[in-house]
Amino acid sequence: MLCQNCQEREASVHYTQVVNGQKKEMHLCEQCAQGEGYMDFANENLSLHHFLTNMFPFDQTKDQSQQQMTSAQTIKCEGCGLTYHEFRHQGKFGCSQCYEAFSDYLDPIFKRVHSGNTEHVGKIPKRLGGNLHKHREINQLQEQMQQKINEEDFEEAANIRDRIRHLKEELHDDHGGEA
Amino acid sequence: MSLQDFINDAISPWMNDEGQDSDIVLSTRIRLARNLEQVPFPTSGDQSSQEKVLQHIEQEFNNQSYEDFKKFQLVKMADTEPVEKRVLVEKHLMSPNLAENSQTGAVLISENEQASVMINEEDHLRIQLYYPGLGLSEALQQAQKLDDWFEERTRYAFNEEKGYLTSCPTNVGTGLRASVMMHLPALTMTNQMTRMAPEINKLGLVVRGIYGEGSEALGALYQISNQMTLGKSEEDIIQDLQSVVSQVIESERQSREWVMQQSGIQLEDRIFRSYGVLAHSRIIESKEAAKCLSDVRLGIDLGLIKNISKTILNELMVLTQPGFLQHYAKKSLQPGERDWFRANLIRERLQLEQY
Ligand SMILES: [Zn+2]
Ligand SMILES: [Zn+2]
Repeated sequence: MLCQNCQEREASVHYTQVVNGQKKEMHLCEQCAQGEGYMDFANENLSLHHFLTNMFPFDQTKDQSQQQMTSAQTIKCEGCGLTYHEFRHQGKFGCSQCYEAFSDYLDPIFKRVHSGNTEHVGKIPKRLGGNLHKHREINQLQEQMQQKINEEDFEEAANIRDRIRHLKEELHDDHGGEA
Repeated sequence: MSLQDFINDAISPWMNDEGQDSDIVLSTRIRLARNLEQVPFPTSGDQSSQEKVLQHIEQEFNNQSYEDFKKFQLVKMADTEPVEKRVLVEKHLMSPNLAENSQTGAVLISENEQASVMINEEDHLRIQLYYPGLGLSEALQQAQKLDDWFEERTRYAFNEEKGYLTSCPTNVGTGLRASVMMHLPALTMTNQMTRMAPEINKLGLVVRGIYGEGSEALGALYQISNQMTLGKSEEDIIQDLQSVVSQVIESERQSREWVMQQSGIQLEDRIFRSYGVLAHSRIIESKEAAKCLSDVRLGIDLGLIKNISKTILNELMVLTQPGFLQHYAKKSLQPGERDWFRANLIRERLQLEQY
């Protein structure tokens, strides 16, 4: 069997990736797998690249009209000049503005790669402040509180209410400090 | 260079510390992908902006220290010989990809080589942190601190909805890739990895085994890492990986016991044959070396081989790769010559143990 990457050498590194229930067999030559080394932490891009080539929804679903596809292909990022067509081909963005420029077409891609998710819930840079965290937490707590009320667990709902009040006070203090 | 000096050169200082579950987990790595605000990604191919990023990082971080990470040294690809680059790749301090960006690529390495930051790889910054053995939460904590330190003097490309913006859609969000390198000889021998790997994959984790058919790995080395970076917090990503890794460790321990009970003498035979090959062969390919090293390491962990240090697997895995072999030989080697040199080096390394 030939290496999937270079199509030149015999494949000797075999592994399977299953993401979102989709199985993908990888067959690479040693050189392509990691430049003749042993398993390499640093070289993860290769497998992801292969993964990416199968990631774009347009390639799978033919129900999009030809016209729609062509119009999407020609969208261009103002920031770096990358077109959507080029993005699909290389699987990489050219700048942070690409995320805005192609936004109408990205969520299906993110869903495929990130198990159905399209929104970040992790770390936030300090300069954007803990505020964002707190606002989010308040929203989440309010939902939880409503659920507890629906379940008639008023004791827990009261606890959550106190935590929300506490967070709101903190937010108020933060703003006071800035003023 | 004496062999001992050479080994000291090959083994990063942090590798000498024994981490948690180090009989099974060789190392833990945390990687954070970050880009600077309003600068095209390196993938855009815009040289002048990459140069600016490099200059900025050099100015702000070269020769700087941060807490446990002393004296970061900037190594520019433009000033680095091919064989030196190869050595940095084999030490996992940078990727082969970076080695190819000879114009503006660079890597910032802490003195103990536990932290390295690739500059102008696929993203502007790739912060990497290693821990010996299993140390996911410790490594994440340290990586987050390093990330904060970088953030003090740079502005990251960040979007409230999508998180940290990266050049590849597979990294967006947290930009976090957490990986654990595991030695699983008993699970491999008993064919359980072929069953377990797809199960682990279903949980959104990626298992990679190298050198072998299917999901079997000849060196019995596997890397387990997270696939998802969007829609999960860093802590949750780490926790999910940790719980799977703990189960795998438990299964490996049980399998080792089971194999010892069921076919102890066959296992012992296999281990000592491999030891014999390493100690006496004159020509050895990297694959055979990987298999034998795995067997010998298992022998050490099971207490069957007593006079050899545990770190030999980690050490010889690095030492016997082409870049290091050529670094040691001080000349470029043809593939056939490498096998001969590899056998020599392994024999010499084993002899060091006798003293
Ligand atoms: Zn190949
Ligand atoms: Zn762009």
